[in-house]
This record gives sequence, C-alpha cells and structure tokens, in this order.
Amino acid sequence: MKRVSLSDKSFDLLNTLFLLIILVLIVYPLVFVLSASISDPTAVSSGEMWLWPVDITFEGYQRVFAEASIWRGYGNTILYTLVGTAIHLFVLLPCAYALSRKELMAKKAILWFFLFTMLFNGGLIPTYLIVKSLGMLDTMWAIVIPNVVGAWSILVARTFFQQSIPDQLVEASKIDGASDFYIFIRVILPLSLPIIAVMALFHAVGLWNQYFNALIYLSDRDKFPLQLILREILVVNQMQLNDPTAGGGAESLVDQVKTAGLIKYAVIIVSSLPLLLVYPFIQRYFVQGVLIGSIKE
Amino acid sequence: MRATKSEASLPNQSRTYTVKKNLLRNWQLYVFLVPALAYFIILHYVPMYGVQIAFKNFIATEGIWGSPWTGFDHFTRFFDSYYFWRLLKNTLLLSAYQLILFPLPIILALSLNELRTGAFKKWAQTLTYAPHFISVVVVVGMIVIFLDPTTGLVNRIIVALGGESIPFLTSPDWFRHVFTWSGVWQTLGWSSIIYLAALSAVSPELHEAAKVDGATRLQRITHINIPSILPTIVVLFILNIGSFMTVGFEKVLLMQNNLNMSTSDVIQTFVYQTGLLEGQYSFAAAIGLFDSAINITLLVIFNYLARKTTDSSLW
Repeated sequence: MKRVSLSDKSFDLLNTLFLLIILVLIVYPLVFVLSASISDPTAVSSGEMWLWPVDITFEGYQRVFAEASIWRGYGNTILYTLVGTAIHLFVLLPCAYALSRKELMAKKAILWFFLFTMLFNGGLIPTYLIVKSLGMLDTMWAIVIPNVVGAWSILVARTFFQQSIPDQLVEASKIDGASDFYIFIRVILPLSLPIIAVMALFHAVGLWNQYFNALIYLSDRDKFPLQLILREILVVNQMQLNDPTAGGGAESLVDQVKTAGLIKYAVIIVSSLPLLLVYPFIQRYFVQGVLIGSIKE
Repeated sequence: MRATKSEASLPNQSRTYTVKKNLLRNWQLYVFLVPALAYFIILHYVPMYGVQIAFKNFIATEGIWGSPWTGFDHFTRFFDSYYFWRLLKNTLLLSAYQLILFPLPIILALSLNELRTGAFKKWAQTLTYAPHFISVVVVVGMIVIFLDPTTGLVNRIIVALGGESIPFLTSPDWFRHVFTWSGVWQTLGWSSIIYLAALSAVSPELHEAAKVDGATRLQRITHINIPSILPTIVVLFILNIGSFMTVGFEKVLLMQNNLNMSTSDVIQTFVYQTGLLEGQYSFAAAIGLFDSAINITLLVIFNYLARKTTDSSLW
C-alpha cells in the first residue's frame, strides 16, 4: 500500500511547479519595489536592476524622512488607528458578550437589527450628511466613528464567547454575588485575549490602510492620514517633495524625475513595511478570525 | 365566561412579569448593548431613513427632513440621461469579470491542500497572504509604477521583445484587465484561507477508501474534495453576488482618469462625483439607492436559487 505510483509523483511535481509560479508572480513585485528603493535610479530605469539591489543608495529614504508631511501623516495614522481600535473594542466586546448570554431576551431580534445593515445601508450620501450634521467633518471622529464596528465582527465575537466561555463559570460567579459588569471585566475579558487580538488586528489593519473616509471627510492637510499623503505622491503625482539640498537648483530635470521614482519606491516600503513585517507573526490570529467568521449559525 | 377571561389574561400578565424580572436582574447585560445600539441607530438606521432625500430636493438650510418632496424625479432624470447605460454597462462588466475569476482562490486552496504539511506549505501560505496587507493606495501606486509607458517594467519588457509600449493606465480597453488582475494579485491568497479550512475538515477515510478503489489524485480532488467544500463555495458565491454592484469602487476611483473614463466610470464613483464633488445630494442619493436595490434583488434571487438547487444558502 505504501507504493507511490508514477502518476502520483508527476502530480506532485506539477502541483509544486504550479505553486512556485504563483508564488513568484505574487512575490516578485514586492521584491522589485524593495530592491528598487535602495538601488541607483539609473540602474532601475535602465533595467540593470531587475531583482537584487544595484549600487545601493539610501537617498530615497533620506528624501522621504526629510518630508514633514509624511511624518505628520504617519503620526496621524498611528493616532487614528489606536483611538479607532480602542473605541471598536469598547463598542464590540460588551455587545457581543451580552448577545452570547442566554439570559438576554430578544437576542435574535437584536442580532437581526445589526445584520440587516449588511444587507441594506443608507449609502454614501445620507451617511455623509449625517456625519456632517453631527459636526464631525474635519475631525478625527469622522475617521474612527463611521465604521467603528460591523455586524460581521459582532457575529464573530459572539460565536467565540458562546463556544469558549463555559456557562458554569458565569453561573458560579453569579452565585458568588458578582455583577455582570464585574464578571465581564474580571472573568470574561482575561479568558478572551485571542478574540480581542483578532478583532483589534482586523480593525487596526483596516484603519491603517483606509483612505476613502479621510478623502471625503477631511480637508485640513495637517489631519491627513498617511494613505492620503501616499495618494498624492503615488497616484495623483501632484506633490513636490522638498529637496533637502535645494537652493542652487543644480538638479537637472532628468535627475528630478529619477529621484521622484526613487522616492516612490521608498515611500511604498516605509508605509507598508510595518504591516508586512508584523503579519507573519500574528498570521494565525488573522486566520483564526476568518475561520470563526465562517462558522454558520 | 369570567373564568375563561381571567385565564386568558393570565399568561399575558405573567409574561410582562417575567420580562420585568429579567430586566431587573440582568439590566447590566442590556447596558452592554447600549454603545453598539447607539452606533447602529445613529450611523446606520438614521442614514437609512435619510435615504428619503432621494425623493426630495435637498436644500441645505432645510436639511434632510425639511426639504420638499419631488417623488421619482431624480430617478427618471438618471434613467433618461445619456450616461445611464454607460454606467450600468461598466458596473456590470467589471463585476462580471471579477465573478468569472471567483474559482481562482478555490484552485489555489485545492493545490495547497495537496502539499504535505511542511516548510514549503507554510511559506507558500504566508507569502500569498502578503498583498492582502498592502493598502489599496499603495497597490494602485505600484500599478502606476510597473505599467508606466516609458519607465515601467512591463512596457520595457514588451519593447525589449520587439513590441510596442502599451498605455495601460490611460487606455479604456485595458482598464478592466488591469483592475481585475491586480485585484487577483492582492486577494488570491487571502481568499483561499476559508477553502483551505473547509478542505482540512474532509475526512481522510474517504480518501483512503478511494485510494483502495484505485482513484488517482485528480479523481480524488474532483470527486471528494470539491463536493466536500461545495457548501462553502455556494455561501461565498452568494456573498460575492451581494456586493455585485459595489465593485471595490475605492480602487476604481484611484485608477480613474479622463482618458479611461469610458470604461472606468461606474455607478459608485459617479455617486461620489455628483454627490460629494458637485453637491447634487438628492440626485446622487437616488443613484446610490438604485444601486443597492439591484444588489439586494440579486442577493435574494441567488440565495433562493442556491437553496433550491444545492441546499446551502445564507438564510
């Protein structure tokens, strides 16, 4: 029975080959950007640099870090991500826990009240007008409040509480005279660190990467998150980065175009690297999140 | 008569009594719901009610609730406009294109599943997930860099092979391909997670039995693995249909320019353009409402079809 047939072997070979091709297609653009960000721009534009860095230079990064708007954008993004994630957990966790308790009446109705918003929502314009009438335009709140929690997250967190918190535990604490507030904070939360991590990470990645809410709700440049600054540099091409060595106008137009390219590569790395470096270590939490989410009622 | 009356009212009375008792005993649990309920009411249900401006003429000083009614004026104006068919066609084609590629993550999952657990499998998974963590702004930025007509890598290869440089980003013919395939690049690995999980639940005994019967690897994939994960596939397909008209418009918006408008102008970006940039709130809200009406209709139809034909559905 242990015999591995020839067709099995060729299947494995073809399958591995297929996956290798897909991996190269997915990873190559990322490696190219990383290498290009520290290579001489001439080597990049001539095609001499195609995989590994050539004539290593950190000029792109120097330019990027000399730019005040990038620092400010970075700071804003960190602030919005931290505050937004904190509010997210504050709204999500108590609600999901309450929905997991059998004592709660009208659970189904409340859950459907949330889930219905996945099916139908007011749409861009009415939401914008409400956010505007709440006085949130051009404030941090317009970034963190409109998408503070989704029905899907509530469903996922509730499923987790239902499956992993034994009923007897809550019952026993109640007999000891503990209140629901006390039980939630002292008993439930310490047991729920995995789901808290999953939910916080999902939400934080979303906040870190989103640009659209900032685009429609913010007009003060000092409040722009990193993604809006990136949009100007990478997509709209309208931003002129300050040249730290400027003054003489010694740079020719050709050189300017070249450094502009270098800056683009560097700024992609600077903005994406934190998440790309961190996610492999917390990947299992994300995968867990997707899996709990897939469990159907 | 009397007896029956009092008897009939008894369950009612005891019911309000238990409700009261429950509220009294568990009031803290209900407090837990307050932040979420407040959020959903203010930022989901109030805007839902605010959809009525689609049937009104929005006047800034009167607000949503005080503006005068106009009925279906905005809808008929939209349906009669020359860009209506263009928008509908662009939205449908872009969505359909993405939907055709729906099986790709399933193929990746089936292929990954055939690997023996080991370092290569782990690496393959981790690396394919990576693009998921890159923002849409950066992805579009990378598209711009790689597809640049003169300096972009892709066009340099085309020219080196004796071809002519293609203006991918400004050509209406190329917009849909570039948009959809860059999306595949970004989401392929991440979307396969859920299928991989479903595959890991397939019973090894089925495979053993099939092996004894002399089934080849490919036969076992098509006769065991695919049927086993069919319910997952159906549910995810319906979910995809449910956002059919949404087409990831935040990315469309970033890739849009004057030269590719004839294919890149979709309903959602048009809502943004007319509503938020031009301030025609009522008109734009009407178009947005039309869009979500189609979405819901599609979702309900496909959910019904799935329930009738495969036994798996969302509800």
